[in-house]
Amino acid sequence: MLKRNQLSIRTIVAIGIGAAVFIILAKFAAIPSPVPNTSIQTSYAFLALMAVVFGPIAGGLIGLIGHALNDAISYGSVWWSWVVVSMIVGLLIGLASKKIDIESGIFNTKKIITFNVVQVIAQGIGWFLIAPALDILIYAEPANKVFLQGLFAGVSNMVTVGVIGTLLLAGYAKTRSRSNSLTREL
Amino acid sequence: MAVEMLAYIDRKSPIHQLTGVSKLICFIVWSSAAMLTYDTRILAFLFIFSIVIFIVSKIKVSEVSFVLIFILVFLFINNLAIYLFSPQEGVKIYGSSHVLIEIAGRYDVTIEQIFYQCNVTLKYFAVIPVALLFIVTTHPSEFAASLNKIGVSYRISYAVALALRYIPDVQRDFRTIALSQQARGIDMSKKEKLPIRIKNAASIIFPLILSSLDKIETISNAMELRGFGKGNKRTWYSARPFQTGDYVTLVVFGIIFVTAMVVTFHDGNRFYNPFES
Repeated sequence: MLKRNQLSIRTIVAIGIGAAVFIILAKFAAIPSPVPNTSIQTSYAFLALMAVVFGPIAGGLIGLIGHALNDAISYGSVWWSWVVVSMIVGLLIGLASKKIDIESGIFNTKKIITFNVVQVIAQGIGWFLIAPALDILIYAEPANKVFLQGLFAGVSNMVTVGVIGTLLLAGYAKTRSRSNSLTREL
Repeated sequence: MAVEMLAYIDRKSPIHQLTGVSKLICFIVWSSAAMLTYDTRILAFLFIFSIVIFIVSKIKVSEVSFVLIFILVFLFINNLAIYLFSPQEGVKIYGSSHVLIEIAGRYDVTIEQIFYQCNVTLKYFAVIPVALLFIVTTHPSEFAASLNKIGVSYRISYAVALALRYIPDVQRDFRTIALSQQARGIDMSKKEKLPIRIKNAASIIFPLILSSLDKIETISNAMELRGFGKGNKRTWYSARPFQTGDYVTLVVFGIIFVTAMVVTFHDGNRFYNPFES
């Protein structure tokens, strides 16, 4: 008998596959941006989608596992301060999954606004507060440097998730069949 | 698109023979020690000791050099940024100021600043060899088993195992989709205008996400049919029993960790201050 508080099999698999897709998107699907040497990370838009579809636990763990493994296999060391932020962003966006209820197939203006308000708040907390705070605590780096870094990462991720994340959610909602969507042929 | 990734390198060495569990514990202990301390003597010791471990492991530097180059570039930029934003951070931390080269006002080069930035760099250097070794000497499926053994729930360990298992699959899917979309004239590179570029990226990501969601359904059905998650525990095919070497290693790392913490915090400050007489 499965207890209520345990992860369902579907969530476990979603975490695993989600983390793998997160890593591939972070490595290959970065869009070159107009600012030199920076790119737009599409992986956070995907993280937002997974968090909305599968809920806060899946969102948080995809962020944690995906970011930690990606750091490990591509840079050889893990920047824990930023990994924690990915986890928190996934978790916080996931908290809105019930409210948005993407499985209903309806993703109207009201829900788009809800999603964007939530993602901006979640990323604001993550990139503007937690990331710099952890950088100072662990690495004792200068405060103004890490806050500027956080600001830059945060704003660009907010824009990416706002644009691509919304596009992805709208596309996903279209693949869900709505209730009462059948019409009777006369 | 062939971006290199770190992967398991099979070899016969004392490091490879250690069980995944003890390597995982050592890695965690080591990173926490390097994270907590700012004592130059401890960091230098950790760095030298990690080089020794690296030599014992018989991994060649050329096998991981692509990562090393990346890290060195990153550290260089990071150091530059620290100096640009806070050229007197060292003075603030060590409470004294010995000007070496006068440039202009706050950008004067002080010995304290140089010492502080050496410490920041050393902090990264102390972790990198051990982290690299942990990744290239631990087999992915043993890694998942080890996570479970140190107390992570087996469901989450299994999710990690799934992620590692499916990275190559997803990569192949991504490549196929990207190539077929490019064949249809969809461009994601700099040649296209930014709004169109974003729209084009979405048209590559979207099929990938949908096929991954399908995969999630298939795999979770297969796992459900095989009764995954019925029991409270689970055995792992690749888990290995502890040997003498594991106990010795764990004790040695434990001693290093405790010593590092005592030396760092005995005077109530995590920084080692050579400027204080």
